[in-house]
Amino acid sequence: MRDFSYSRASSIEEARKAALQAGAMMLAGGTTLLDLAKCGVGEPDQVIDISHIIGLDAISIDERAATIGALAKMSAVADHPAVLAAFPAVAQSLSLAASQQLRNMATIGGNLLQRTRCPYFRDPATFAACNKREPGSGCSALGGVTRNHAVLGTSEHCIATYPGDLATALVAFDAVVDLGGRSVSVEDFFLAPGDTPDRETVITPGEMIVGVSLPTSAAARNSTYLKVRDRQSYEFAAASAAVGLELEADGKTVRDVRVALGGVATKPWRAREVEQALIGKALTDETVTAAARLSMNGAVAQPASSGGNHYKIELAPRVVARALRTLGGLA
Amino acid sequence: MARTIHLDLDINGKTHGLDVEPRVTLLDALREHLALTGTKKGCDQGQCGACTCHVDGERVLSCLTLAAQVEGRQVTTIEGIAGDDGTLHVVQRAFLEHDAFQCGYCTPGQIMSAVACIREGHAGSDAEIREYMSGNLCRCGAYISIVAAVRDAAATLGAGQKAEAA
Ligand SMILES: Cc1cc2nc3c(=O)[nH]c(=O)nc-3n(C[C@H](O)[C@H](O)[C@H](O)COP(=O)(O)OP(=O)(O)OC[C@H]3O[C@@H](n4cnc5c(N)ncnc54)[C@H](O)[C@@H]3O)c2cc1C
Ligand code: SF4
Ligand code: FES
Ligand code: FES
Repeated sequence: MRDFSYSRASSIEEARKAALQAGAMMLAGGTTLLDLAKCGVGEPDQVIDISHIIGLDAISIDERAATIGALAKMSAVADHPAVLAAFPAVAQSLSLAASQQLRNMATIGGNLLQRTRCPYFRDPATFAACNKREPGSGCSALGGVTRNHAVLGTSEHCIATYPGDLATALVAFDAVVDLGGRSVSVEDFFLAPGDTPDRETVITPGEMIVGVSLPTSAAARNSTYLKVRDRQSYEFAAASAAVGLELEADGKTVRDVRVALGGVATKPWRAREVEQALIGKALTDETVTAAARLSMNGAVAQPASSGGNHYKIELAPRVVARALRTLGGLA
Repeated sequence: MARTIHLDLDINGKTHGLDVEPRVTLLDALREHLALTGTKKGCDQGQCGACTCHVDGERVLSCLTLAAQVEGRQVTTIEGIAGDDGTLHVVQRAFLEHDAFQCGYCTPGQIMSAVACIREGHAGSDAEIREYMSGNLCRCGAYISIVAAVRDAAATLGAGQKAEAA
């Protein structure tokens, strides 16, 4: 790991100003920053420690919305009783991520900005070609081992999966990222790779995530996060679903439903076609299975010859369907 | 010439002054600069848990923590959990009784993680212990005995708390 200078910011203004300097990066929990610095991927010249800024870790919640400060720890949000009650899927997306040690370190702001686990991206010493790291250099994953790469939202320039669980739950419930001067919905905050896979979010130099806010809803209260992976714990999703459901008084007609997918797309993926197919319909095994399939409209798998990711196209709709059945009492 | 910064770190109740490059992790500060080698380096990338320590009483990974980040916070390492007279911590004793290791390399991290896991209230069942100890890998596969040791220590500590409250 290359050396850097270290300084502590005591306010948001100070942090934003310091982060404008060339080669500067903010450090919150450090679990992405130091990991990638050790891989030789993100090599800061200056590290601005924002973790000592007072008050930015507050969690508050009322009937209308929850507001979570950027420095709130993953573990604090996961165990927060009011978050658990109003947004179970959000709390679960955090408690099913990483390990308790990492959750005690990592922050909500840093979590959103975690980088892909694409093994080619993480290994510049062996793989020079990576458009995300080095625009125009090519993509080592194409034609390589792609078991964990995305099937949705890919481009010919990059097929890397967005690995985070939290953002998947946030996008399902219309959460908004507070950047201090402006607010952006989580859905618009993240960018699909297109021609510029190096640009992952709309955040600009010197901008800082101040917090995240989430409107409450009946669907959010009755929600779940289902994560399927290669081992039972301490692993990224092979496919995951954040799902929320509100039924009419008859107990079977869908009034509101939210579906988002993780582990299969280049950004946190809201599956609106699934939602539209279910609203106003009776929730049955048949309607759920048919609607869940729509989540893979437009999916592109890599060739099986390269240890491909075709299985995700089969797996993800099953994960969505199982989560919906559980919430709707069909399971 | 490498730039160094001066840090005063509170480790196991003692203040240690040291001059290090800013990039030095808490793990390397402990092992290479302060001769506290009980904390182990497995992966150095957040994936194994061997380097688990406590910062302000909470378990964290010292390989992904800068030494500079913990200035002003209380660090506890495996060297700091036995009594001053050398009496082993309940969790250390349980690991011995259950033979919860083979080579022992992951053990300091397992014990630090287990102490926190019990304190957090995440050792209520074997399933919960497995989930909340999943950040600590054991290449020797001593998991069955590790779960038994944590379960046992949680029961002992729980009984102690009840006795204190009574
Ligand atoms: C072994 C391992 C397993 C993991 N498993 C999972 C998993 O299963 N699911 C999952 O979702 N995640 C997982 N993670 C990722 C983990 O959740 C992230 O590393 C963590 O959330 C990042 O938060 P942080 O506070 O440590 O960020 P940092 O490392 O401090 O920062 C990350 C990036 O965000 C920037 N930044 C941080 N805060 C702000 C802010 N407020 N404003 C602007 N920029 C900011 C930093 O400059 C940096 O570029 C895993 C990580 C590891 C190492
Ligand atoms: S998939 Fe994206 S991140 Fe991975 S090597 Fe290709 S360009 Fe880089
Ligand atoms: S050495 Fe820190 S987690 Fe492996
Ligand atoms: S006892 Fe050998 S790694 Fe756990």
